[in-house]
Amino acid sequence: MDGSILTNRIEGETAMSRRTFFQGTGLLLGFALTGARTEPVFAAPVSQVTENDVTGTFAPNGFIRINPTGAVTLVIPMIEMGQGVYTSLSMLLAEELEVKLDQIQVQHAPPNHALYVNSIIGIQNTGGSASVRAFWTPLRQAGAVGRNLLIAAAAKRWNVDPASCRAKDGVVFDASGSKHLSYGELARAAAELPVPPVKNVKLKDPKDFTLIGTRAKRVDSPIKVDGRALYGIDTRLPGMKVAAVAISPVLGGKAKTVNEKAALAVKGVRQVVNIDEAVAVVADHMGAAKKGLEAAAITWDDGPNGKVNNADIVKQLEEESKKPGVVARNEGDAGKALAEAAQRVDAIYQVPFLAHAAMEPMNCTVHLRKDRCDIWVGTQAPTITQSLVVELTGLPKDAIKIHNHLIGGGFGRRLEADGAVLAVKIAKHIDGPVKVIWSREEDIQHDMYRPYYLDRLSAGLDAAGKPVAWTHRIAGSSVMARYYPPYFKDGLDPDAVEAAAEPPYALPNIHVDFVRVEPPGVRTSWWRGVGPTHNVFVVESFMDELAHAAKQDPVAYRKGLLGHNPRALAVLSLAAEKAGWGSPLPARHGRGISVQFAYGSYTSQVAEVEVAADGSVKVKRIVCAIDCGMYVNPDTIEAQIQGGTLFGLTAALHGSITFKDGRVEQSNFDSYLPMRIDEVPVVETHLVRSSEAPGGVGETPTAVVSAAVANAIFAATGTRVRRLPVDSNSLKSSS
Amino acid sequence: MAFTLKVNGSSHEIDVDGDIPLLWVLRDVLGMTGTKFGCGQALCGACTVHIDGQPVRSCQTSVNSIGDSVVTTIEAIGHTPQGAALQKAWLDLEVVQCGYCQSGQIMSAAALLKDTPKPSDADIDSAMSGNVCRCGTYQRIRAAIKQAAGV
Repeated sequence: MDGSILTNRIEGETAMSRRTFFQGTGLLLGFALTGARTEPVFAAPVSQVTENDVTGTFAPNGFIRINPTGAVTLVIPMIEMGQGVYTSLSMLLAEELEVKLDQIQVQHAPPNHALYVNSIIGIQNTGGSASVRAFWTPLRQAGAVGRNLLIAAAAKRWNVDPASCRAKDGVVFDASGSKHLSYGELARAAAELPVPPVKNVKLKDPKDFTLIGTRAKRVDSPIKVDGRALYGIDTRLPGMKVAAVAISPVLGGKAKTVNEKAALAVKGVRQVVNIDEAVAVVADHMGAAKKGLEAAAITWDDGPNGKVNNADIVKQLEEESKKPGVVARNEGDAGKALAEAAQRVDAIYQVPFLAHAAMEPMNCTVHLRKDRCDIWVGTQAPTITQSLVVELTGLPKDAIKIHNHLIGGGFGRRLEADGAVLAVKIAKHIDGPVKVIWSREEDIQHDMYRPYYLDRLSAGLDAAGKPVAWTHRIAGSSVMARYYPPYFKDGLDPDAVEAAAEPPYALPNIHVDFVRVEPPGVRTSWWRGVGPTHNVFVVESFMDELAHAAKQDPVAYRKGLLGHNPRALAVLSLAAEKAGWGSPLPARHGRGISVQFAYGSYTSQVAEVEVAADGSVKVKRIVCAIDCGMYVNPDTIEAQIQGGTLFGLTAALHGSITFKDGRVEQSNFDSYLPMRIDEVPVVETHLVRSSEAPGGVGETPTAVVSAAVANAIFAATGTRVRRLPVDSNSLKSSS
Repeated sequence: MAFTLKVNGSSHEIDVDGDIPLLWVLRDVLGMTGTKFGCGQALCGACTVHIDGQPVRSCQTSVNSIGDSVVTTIEAIGHTPQGAALQKAWLDLEVVQCGYCQSGQIMSAAALLKDTPKPSDADIDSAMSGNVCRCGTYQRIRAAIKQAAGV
């Protein structure tokens, strides 16, 4: 891809409706991600496909078009936000279709639950480290069916046995290699042939892969090094205005006074829109809009949440977590085993609210007309966005056009549609298209935060130091209850307990429960790594406490509990070996380890830290071992491990959102600190070769890193980190 | 107020208040969206451009402070030897993830290599620590700068 498909998309591909997609000629392949009732793959001439074909009996979820010029178009419901999904999914198709990676052009899919639902997460969302997992089989099957049809079309034309022909780089060759026809030349004929049943179409043996498993180049890189890549914030439309927005600093508050006259006096300002919960100043350009917003000197009526303070939220969690919760797992008799144990260990862990702080601030462009509403935005959740705009506007679903864009950092923030909702509310007062851009301060102070969790743990050890009882109570907000109510059953949030209810260890008496506590005046949501990011920190730190109580080496202790879990044991052993576990370190240096099973992958990390006399922590090195099953692109995996580790590390060392008088106390990168190039360690990745089904990658390192670092700090200082972010004041040298 | 702004070899007449940041003139008035908005406070470097070859944060550079100086943005940095070498290294080493900060990263790196053709790690830390990447591509950014510089 030279990027043109991505850069020219405003009036082209993202404006594409399903109807226009079916115009033209050539071969169209549909494939199903879920519950195919008949054949999971179909093929047809592009021009002959009717709406019923794609929404009827078997609802294929993805589309591949091969047109008579030979161009292969893959419509991808997953959005590219840096994780490399456009490349990895294109690789899956190219491998089986037998085309070169650069013959595939990627298009963003429009919102359509029936067509584009992700089979792992049950919705057309990009998240849950689920893209490769969901597409691994269907996309290869579709490619294989397509290849078979194209070969069959060539064989028919040459009047030879299809088995004697082969395909390579988008061309079919006969047995001698002297005759050849391109996919473009064959697309029309292939579309007229009967589709072979998928069960008769053999997928390649992984040992024959020529593309999957290679360091293929990212398809989106060229447009991202010279300014051509267009994100939602880069939307430009004829007649478009730009709006700066101030949202009530307290959730539920309202604008009390707005100096509209002063705002309108600023050159370039066209309009002031006051929707109570927010005020927007609309101008010819963002410079004028921001200046106008400042001139408006807005004062606020705080409303009911004006007294919300962090200390009260924590106190509420402390109290509520004393009461029993909804049981996530109960095996054996943990209470009895705890009472009878030779030794008992108790701990309370806490993790803070976290903002996403993606580099691209929240923004959304809306053109609301009488009969349609166009939305230009980078979103991980196009169908949710569409549904909410239906509610807001009263327009039918088909009239809500979502033009999805490359995302300048998702991390879960773009799973929420609040930015689009606010923009539509503002656009209702504006004639023509308007781009609403949040300042960085608005972005940080009106995020939907990773919940604050408080965990109570107790364990009993036998005389040999082995855990014989394990109880873990998790208290905090349930994102799932609000976001995916069907998955929140009987008061249990499966995300909030993920990786806590099923730690990788053999634990004979285990009791894990969840207490839902919703903080007032705070919106919570998904944050990279979701439940495991919190739980792996807690479980793996506590496991380290048990090793210490048992006077055993943290790696050896874990190995003793992982005998039944060979993949977890293997990554733990590999990370320890590559990190030189056990080799001597200077004073106030330490190594810590962490291991997890989450998102379908096994991951272990060793962190090496140095804690200065003033308590400041320098992470010197991170060694990561991952078994994510069969993998698509090792270079992308390494990139995700490097970046995801730093995302988790940044939170562990610096990340905390706090509330005072209903307001978020942090505002920009000087108070919500990102790690910078002069602070980050080198991250080494060791990938385990595996023939298991692919697991997710993007979130694994974020979840696993905090405990490794906290355990390394303990090794260096003897001080246990039970609360994030790391408090350097507690780590000062006494000497 | 009317200004004449020299950007990437062309002159542009613009009519905005003098205190409007260059960032918004580039993005919204001239339609050059390669330069990104990240923080508005010169804390993240996403908006880095060159003025007479020096890296500046365009979100904190008012348009009336530029005068006759020459502005270079990510759209044209590939025409300089440093920019071209960096873009190639960025592609060779697959630096980008979401890509949003990379315009600013490359502009800061190009300014570094112009003044310090063979930078040390400390030089890289000092020139690049004003540029935030939330995807965490720093390890590859460092390697790509070194590759472009041949060190």
